[in-house]
Amino acid sequence: MAFITVTSPHTTQTGNHTGAFMRQVLYATVPGLAVLTWLFGFGTLINLLWAIPVALASEALVLKARGRDVRFFLADYSAVVTAVLLALAIPPTAPWWLTLVGVSFSIVVAKQIYGGLGMNPFNPAMVGYVLLLISFPVEMTRWIAPHEAPSLMESVQLFLGSTSADAFTGATPLDTFRTWAGDAEKLASQAILNGKLAGQGWDWVNLAFLVGGLYLVWRKIITWHIPVGVLAGLALTATPFWLYDPVRYGTPVFHLFSGAAMLGAFFIATDPVSAATSRLGRLIYGFLIGVLVWVIRSHGGYPDAMAFAVLLMNLSAPMIDYYTQPRTYGHKAAHRGASR
Amino acid sequence: MNARIPATTVPVGQYQNPRPIHDFRGGIHPPQNKDQSTGRPIRRAPLPEQLVLPLNMHLGAPAKALVSAGDRVLKGQKIAEGNGAVSLPIHAPTSGTVMAVGERPIQHPSGLHAPCIVIAPDGEETWTELHPLTHWRECAPSMLVARIREAGIAGMGGAGFPAAVKLNLRDGQQIEELVINAVECEPYITADDMLMRERAEQIIAGIEKLQFLLQPKATLVGIEDNKPEAIKAMCAAAEGKSMDILVVPTKYPSGGEKQLIELLTGKEVPSGGIPAQVGVVCHNIGTAVAIHRAIEFGEPLISRITTLTGDAFTEPGNVEVLLGTPVQSLLDYAGATAERIGRLIMGGPMMGFAIHTPSVPIVKTTNCIIAASAAELPAPPPEQPCIRCGSCAEVCPANLLPQQLYWYSKTEDLERAQQYNLMDCIECGACAYVCPSNIPLVQYYRHAKGEVRQQVAEQQKADKARERFEARKARLEKEAAEKEARRKARLEASKQKKSAAPGVDLAALKKASLDASSAYKAAVKALKAAETEGADPDTVAQLRTDADNLKAKADGAKAAVRDAKAGGASVADTGADKVAELKKAVGEASSAYKAAVKDAKAAEEAGAENASELRSHADTLKAKADELKAQLRDAKASAPATAATAPASKPEKSAEQASSEAADRAKKMKALKTAFNMANKQWKEASASLERAERDGADDIDTLKKTVDKLRFKADKAKEALNVLVEEAKKNIEAASGSDLKTLKLEAGRAEAAVRAKEKELEDAKRSGDQENIDVIYRERDALRREATMAASSLQSAIDEQGLKED
Amino acid sequence: MTTIVIAILALLALAAGFGALLGFASEKFKVEGDPIVDQIDALLPQTQCGQCGHPGCRPYAEAIAAGEEHNRCPPGGEQTVVDLSELLGREVLPLDAEEDADVGIKKVAYIREDECIGCTKCIQACPVDAILGAAKQMHTVIADECTGCDLCVEPCPVDCIDMLEVKPTLGTWIWDKPPGIGKKPDNLIPVVNVDPVEA
Repeated sequence: MAFITVTSPHTTQTGNHTGAFMRQVLYATVPGLAVLTWLFGFGTLINLLWAIPVALASEALVLKARGRDVRFFLADYSAVVTAVLLALAIPPTAPWWLTLVGVSFSIVVAKQIYGGLGMNPFNPAMVGYVLLLISFPVEMTRWIAPHEAPSLMESVQLFLGSTSADAFTGATPLDTFRTWAGDAEKLASQAILNGKLAGQGWDWVNLAFLVGGLYLVWRKIITWHIPVGVLAGLALTATPFWLYDPVRYGTPVFHLFSGAAMLGAFFIATDPVSAATSRLGRLIYGFLIGVLVWVIRSHGGYPDAMAFAVLLMNLSAPMIDYYTQPRTYGHKAAHRGASR
Repeated sequence: MNARIPATTVPVGQYQNPRPIHDFRGGIHPPQNKDQSTGRPIRRAPLPEQLVLPLNMHLGAPAKALVSAGDRVLKGQKIAEGNGAVSLPIHAPTSGTVMAVGERPIQHPSGLHAPCIVIAPDGEETWTELHPLTHWRECAPSMLVARIREAGIAGMGGAGFPAAVKLNLRDGQQIEELVINAVECEPYITADDMLMRERAEQIIAGIEKLQFLLQPKATLVGIEDNKPEAIKAMCAAAEGKSMDILVVPTKYPSGGEKQLIELLTGKEVPSGGIPAQVGVVCHNIGTAVAIHRAIEFGEPLISRITTLTGDAFTEPGNVEVLLGTPVQSLLDYAGATAERIGRLIMGGPMMGFAIHTPSVPIVKTTNCIIAASAAELPAPPPEQPCIRCGSCAEVCPANLLPQQLYWYSKTEDLERAQQYNLMDCIECGACAYVCPSNIPLVQYYRHAKGEVRQQVAEQQKADKARERFEARKARLEKEAAEKEARRKARLEASKQKKSAAPGVDLAALKKASLDASSAYKAAVKALKAAETEGADPDTVAQLRTDADNLKAKADGAKAAVRDAKAGGASVADTGADKVAELKKAVGEASSAYKAAVKDAKAAEEAGAENASELRSHADTLKAKADELKAQLRDAKASAPATAATAPASKPEKSAEQASSEAADRAKKMKALKTAFNMANKQWKEASASLERAERDGADDIDTLKKTVDKLRFKADKAKEALNVLVEEAKKNIEAASGSDLKTLKLEAGRAEAAVRAKEKELEDAKRSGDQENIDVIYRERDALRREATMAASSLQSAIDEQGLKED
Repeated sequence: MTTIVIAILALLALAAGFGALLGFASEKFKVEGDPIVDQIDALLPQTQCGQCGHPGCRPYAEAIAAGEEHNRCPPGGEQTVVDLSELLGREVLPLDAEEDADVGIKKVAYIREDECIGCTKCIQACPVDAILGAAKQMHTVIADECTGCDLCVEPCPVDCIDMLEVKPTLGTWIWDKPPGIGKKPDNLIPVVNVDPVEA
């Protein structure tokens, strides 16, 4: 008689595996994707559909080269999630090669070279994004003015690089505010800054990602600590400066609903692999991302800052973890740093 | 502090806890799967064909068997006794015959076997005499604790810690809370649930006895809110008693001792400590019932309630089963066939262990048997990479960082794992349950914990080995120093003797000779070093002349020593000295030859030009050595001859000579014996390797065969030489005592027989009472006795002298 | 010119000042560590087997401290080499052991007592005094003290000493490490079947 002999526990939570986690993340991006398409045309969707096969192919190639079981590792959807997050962050005007470079770099260099899923110290999507931002600043900052979305045909042409994007591009609210900060009159006259909540159109994008993010929290795919940390860090830093000089510094609400704030807080900073792990650590990690985002937005060289902030905090995550170890049951004090 | 709310009037959903409860961190909510086994009342399992009782059913040292195969035992009779403070006795669960005391598969995840007592029941269920203590309130607590211990009661919840140990309080220790564990948080298990539904009075009676023993300020009974019927029954039974029934929310692992204590009292048991340190004692309700029965009826622990559940059972439910019943018997009883079972688990699905064979018996700690189909508990999927999601840390009731422990366990960084409090893990399995990457975390921790324990044991062993090694070294050094001191003393004494006699100072000469030769050796060494380092030819030449000079000097000194010896010592001494010197020369020559051969070989291997030259040099050396050997033989032959020339004039000396010869022979014989043993051993080894070679069909069989033959020949020769020596020794004895060994033996035997005959005569005489005759016989007997002793001793000495053993 | 002189003087003063400070600190806060030989000895497995060419672990520790290679301890295995490398700051060398040497398998000497002739040779060879016996009396190994160094096997003239592998017992058995990523962890438990002994 041959019984299975294995260590306890003999049962595990059903429907709870890495692939399912990743699929939930994909579902949660749907509202954001829909709003982006509504406002800026089919560019993002085309990018996304292109990024997924690129990611899977790069992952499969490297896995094969590393002598791993390709089918087993592709089934965890992690490459797809990286591709989708990067595609959402790239402007809808991006040509095909931009996505190709960014996605393959994310997968090959930022993820697989470090040992694959679970081993990468940096968020792969953000490494790809930063590479593109530094190497191709023009292509990476050409956003479309809201509601002036190109048609499907035009989007395809943009994707193929057969038409110039200049006809469609316009400044984003963050760009605009940056340009006219300190000049009350000009600021008041910019239509794009006067959306329902914050900048026009972008408030909707952020709301949509907030909805998706709340779905993730509800499904227990992510815990609330990092998003709350990021948003609190951003808002709490923005508030006193805005109160001090409302012409030079944006309102907290403007910061929360502009750029990649919600996408970053719920989808990017929460990448568990590269984030801090303890509860307190996650709060600190998120909060500092929020602070960094505000600092770079207000004083840095780039209009948005989520990618830089996340990467910088990825660097600090091990240290945060080290100093935020919980107190084990039955012990008097937490084990804080005092190794050996 | 009564159970204030009558259970009958309050639905469980609105049950008001009489005191606030706390919470513990982490925990999970796995599917309960308890309904399958609560549909039937507790049944009595049938008597199996045989009962297998492992000697370690409990935590602690295994018990010592008191019975052996063939013994008849009665129900409740003690068949094994506790071995040490943390150990328990075992009792026969029914009357019958002991079939065996031996190794059987037992309740252990390793599938290893361990000593068990096997009983074949006779079906009569004849009880041994029991001693109920109906007036237990008048008994001394220590006596009751002893009774509980003697009844073999182990914690029935799962760990099996001897209950009596937890009831032994230190002097002046005050127990604040007695916590009764009725939580049963693991899925599937309903043994405690059914026990509460059907036997709540017995539980309460047991708790009262625990209260009497521990005198706690409060008694808290914790029950999970998924057992409404049990709560009702318990509230009804506890009415008017001073205990609080506390309903706790369903959350795994609230039934863990530490978690339940935190849940009910808010106190944390310190790491590595026991609950009594925070004034809490925790017992399971099953244990309470067992204590009740042990005191009230004098019954030892011989049965328990076990849940039979899982898809493979057609009639799942709870059974009261005799300890030692094989699981197979229960599978048959409740309709679980082997084909349907995919996984057989002893204990719950979270912390139980899969057993390898259904012949494993039910023991004191077996609360559940899950016979799961392959669909119910499928094989675990492959492990995926950790994505650091942190779910494990969320659910860990010990507030550990399971992820860090996983990394460190995986890389066997045991030091780090311990820093992250690996040893505080209670192995509840919550982390592995929620892990989205299907990582068998608990197994990693168990492996690492095992490694830690092993490391500690190895360290202890290494420390002991070091200690012993150093002690031995010190002893050997001391012995060597003593030897040296003795040698020096001897030297001193002989020097004094020598200096008293006129003539040449032999010792001084010897020393001079030694000095000269060591100076020569040093010079040769320097020369060689210079040569290998490629120093300039002049220096080398200089060194060579120096060495030659020194050599001449050394030779001169040696000659002087020889002369002095020849002049000053007697003829016999010269002979002996010559032999010794020749021996030394032979030794030197042969070692020179060996060195030369080695050099030649090395040169041949290296393909040096001078290989043949070296070879011929070696041959010359060999010839020299042989010549010296021949000389030595001659000298040896002549030395005894010299002594033998004057046997009449110096009889004493000749006797001495003879005895020294005998000693020599004995030594030689010993050497030959060893040589024979060695040769024999080598031959055996060689033939074994030959056999192997033949079996494997190796191509060097011929060479091996030759080796074997050679070795056989060597062994035979050694044996022959040995035989010759033995014969010689025997002859010698004959020569010395005028009779051979056989005669000596015969004589000794005859003398002894005569003594025995006389002794018989003496006895006859005593009986007849003839005093005069008795005296005569006494004297005669004594004379005979002396004779016999002498004969025996002469035989012995002959044997000893010749170094023979009586074969 | 003066600026250069001032600069040089300032630098010299600084160098002297900091030098003095460092010297003072190194004396004042000196860490009294174990002598290196003790630390090395603590890492060696104390089998006293002599496979390194030294008569025991401590002499080998002394030799390592004096510069000998630290990869000559087969009983310690790769782990000991790694630990020693870490302690000494030397390169990790491959273990210097015979190819098929069963490194890491724990063994214990066992004397087949019927065949023992009582020659005491093994007793003299044992580095930890783990063999009991007297001349012409049967000898036996104290299994708990035996380090499994097999130094007693060679001297035995009648070849009655076996090195037996130490089998796991209930007390020493530990769980296997799971097979790792991409592999199923089931059917892991090594079944060690001991034939039931009929009493």
